[in-house]
Amino acid sequence: MRRTISFTLNGKPTRVTVDDDRMLLWVLRGELGLTGTKFGCGAAQCGACTVVVDNEPVLSCSTPIKDVAGKQVLTIEGLSPEGRLHPIQKAFLKHAAFQCGYCTPGMILTAYALLHKKLQPTRDEIIKAMDNNLCRCGSHVRVVAAIQEASAGSKGAAR
Amino acid sequence: MRWEGVSRRHFLAAGTGLFVFLQAGRLPAQNHGPLPELPADFNAYLRIGSDGRVTCFSGKVELGQGAMTVFAQCIADELDVPFDSVDMLMGDTDLCPVDYGTVASMGAPILTPALRKAAAEARAVLLQMAAERLQAPLERLIAKNGVVTDPAQNKRVSYGELVQGKRIERHIDGAHVKAPEKLSILGTSPQRKDGLEKVTGKAKFAGDIVLPGMLCARILRPPAHGAVLKSVDTSAAEKTGALVVRDGDPLAALHGRRGGADSEYDPSVGRGPLVAVLHERRDLAEEALALVKAEFEPAPPGPDDQTIFDHLVRKGVPPKMVDQRNDPSSGERLAATIVEKTYLHSYVAHAPMETHTAVARMEGDRVTVWASTASPFKTQQAVAEGLDIPLKNVRILTPYVGGAFGGKTFSLQAVEAARLARATGKPVQVLWDRAEEFFYDVFMPASVVKIRAGLTEAGKIVSWEFKVWGAGDRDVMPFYDILHQRAISSHTWRLNDPSGMHPFGIGPWRGPSANTNTFARESHMDVLAATVGADPVEFRMNHLSDPRMRRVLEAAAKQFGWKPGKTPSGRGVGVACGLYWDTRVASMAEVAVDQATGHVRVRRVVLAMDQGLTLNPDGTLQQMEGAVTMGLGYALTEGIRFKDGEIRDRNFDTYEIPRFSWVPKIETVLIDNPGTPAQGSGEPVIITSGAVLANAIHDALGTRIFQLPMTPERVKAAISRG
Repeated sequence: MRRTISFTLNGKPTRVTVDDDRMLLWVLRGELGLTGTKFGCGAAQCGACTVVVDNEPVLSCSTPIKDVAGKQVLTIEGLSPEGRLHPIQKAFLKHAAFQCGYCTPGMILTAYALLHKKLQPTRDEIIKAMDNNLCRCGSHVRVVAAIQEASAGSKGAAR
Repeated sequence: MRWEGVSRRHFLAAGTGLFVFLQAGRLPAQNHGPLPELPADFNAYLRIGSDGRVTCFSGKVELGQGAMTVFAQCIADELDVPFDSVDMLMGDTDLCPVDYGTVASMGAPILTPALRKAAAEARAVLLQMAAERLQAPLERLIAKNGVVTDPAQNKRVSYGELVQGKRIERHIDGAHVKAPEKLSILGTSPQRKDGLEKVTGKAKFAGDIVLPGMLCARILRPPAHGAVLKSVDTSAAEKTGALVVRDGDPLAALHGRRGGADSEYDPSVGRGPLVAVLHERRDLAEEALALVKAEFEPAPPGPDDQTIFDHLVRKGVPPKMVDQRNDPSSGERLAATIVEKTYLHSYVAHAPMETHTAVARMEGDRVTVWASTASPFKTQQAVAEGLDIPLKNVRILTPYVGGAFGGKTFSLQAVEAARLARATGKPVQVLWDRAEEFFYDVFMPASVVKIRAGLTEAGKIVSWEFKVWGAGDRDVMPFYDILHQRAISSHTWRLNDPSGMHPFGIGPWRGPSANTNTFARESHMDVLAATVGADPVEFRMNHLSDPRMRRVLEAAAKQFGWKPGKTPSGRGVGVACGLYWDTRVASMAEVAVDQATGHVRVRRVVLAMDQGLTLNPDGTLQQMEGAVTMGLGYALTEGIRFKDGEIRDRNFDTYEIPRFSWVPKIETVLIDNPGTPAQGSGEPVIITSGAVLANAIHDALGTRIFQLPMTPERVKAAISRG
């Protein structure tokens, strides 16, 4: 059904009038022009499209836009307002926790949601939280190291 | 320093705009054909702006391997400018020197010397110009951070001031690149140039290019390679407001007319008829495509993932001799024992996280395509052929590429986008979904390898015959000291396949030929070691005289803490060596096998490498760690399931690639060898993945698995076989 959906996107009140069954990924990338959220599999199997909704990681390729009505949506574009990098982004940069970078926004946002839930997760908890985010380049060990650093290094990691 | 041909005029007034590097003729149609010559003029690779910033032009692109960073290091170090002042312009066919593709680990050994040489010559020219400007003897001048200083006169002039944004027309022969000990930016690991954009979501991939009026296309696909369209009804799709385009007569045999072996590998496939549904929004185009009613004549019966190996041997191109050293059959007369085994390897997908994507814009008879491609110049050729327009009318721009691993070479999606842009008169995006990515991939070929080796009473290998169907002829002759050896190969990933040997497209996959051939050779080395009751490391050492390979194997053993003993020991440890071009690798692994489920847990991997001069140590470690991780896939889970031309793996639910929970403790050892020129590392680091785990699993179980991937089912079958 075509209707107006209101939600908070990266801290800003947002309204979009679309068929409310459409997936969040395509509305973000299309109507809202935010291309940092990536298409990888279209079937909730790779994590590339992960965004954060009310502090939970959500696969935007399989989440209808109506499900985020009234909620807080965070995409990669909202993580470093005015160019100030979030500690997780700094740690990814320092550890070169990416190669091609296509899965990186989804990785960073999944890590963000993890650290919001638990500021200092164990290594096993990190691996469990990240396990559905696929990376073909094999940056896994660096992603884990980066999340550990962001977790240990900053009390404000999940600001 | 010597030079000649000094002209009085420093510059030709070439204007301040961008200049165009003209290509010399067409590229060869086949992948990895003769390499186009690298341009001799350093202006092809770099340009100095009036602000002193340096732009480096590269036909090779950033796929994640860090080329953007290493190439900038080459320029900065040799030119004596700050690393941060170098901007990379990659994969633009109008502006960058022609290049055969970001493939085959050739960035380090071929392009980086060319970039260094270009920058070294430019630096020599700039010094000469500074000597004239400052009226100082050349010997007195010091170039640093883009500024030339004459300490005696306390005068200075910057590169930007010298060049004033113009093309440098002066040339100097015999400018030397720096000796390894003089390098200050190469050999270090600065923050990756692509880092900031990649962690902030600002990095643009092809699918992130949005043009005014752009339409997103979804294309009707056959259910199987070789299926032929019988009828198509697009009326329901048209009613949604989507635009339906038929380019060519779709009933002429949609995408199936060449016996089913369609893939992005062969540019001619992009010339077949297209039925596409286009909409401003990709998901709405997708919905409309679902309403297209199409009937297909099923593909003719063909091999499946079980019968393919018989098919390759029976129907494959007759094997040809690749190389021979003495005659193995006469060598066998010296043998006390002959050991013959067959090794199998399934088709493996590239499965980059970014699917094939392109955006095309047609203006008059010219087309510009933003493409996720590893080979912009091959893509340019494919688009020109697909549209039947001159090569010069096609410009390919390459944004960041979300992984390629040997794929994304011809870029069928770029041809499709260009054709649809022409058909609609609007910019068009083609972004394949995951099923299309698996369907049109050019897989690592399925292969059969038969090795027959003879051992003397004393445990020396005296004869070695290596026969391969599918994988190809790279890395077929062992680097071990074996007096009599012969290698025979049927077909290769390198060629198009008119014979129908493969039921769909095949092509290069990170370390082509070598993953399969190393798996077979290094498994067989362990089989032979076990036959004579020797420690597998010692057995290899007894057949190795190459000092670099010996050193790499020793380094791996030291890091691993290898305890000599015969296999199987029950410990679950394994070793494998590999040679790829001029790079040596040795890896060791420890595994735990769950005998009830057949599940293999890789606990630890040590990977040692000698790649000659290391240009960027952390970049190399990224390749090594990445390859150990990626290699778990083809070793343990990845094998395409198919039947009668239908690709049954359509997404990551059935085609399992490595995850965080699979990753072992990875220890990397980089051999310091600055005296040998820089070699590639991206491919060699993955080629031992199958063998090292096969050997470790054998050591754990006492039974060997001769087929990749070593899935839980195959592990269980091996256990029950005993």
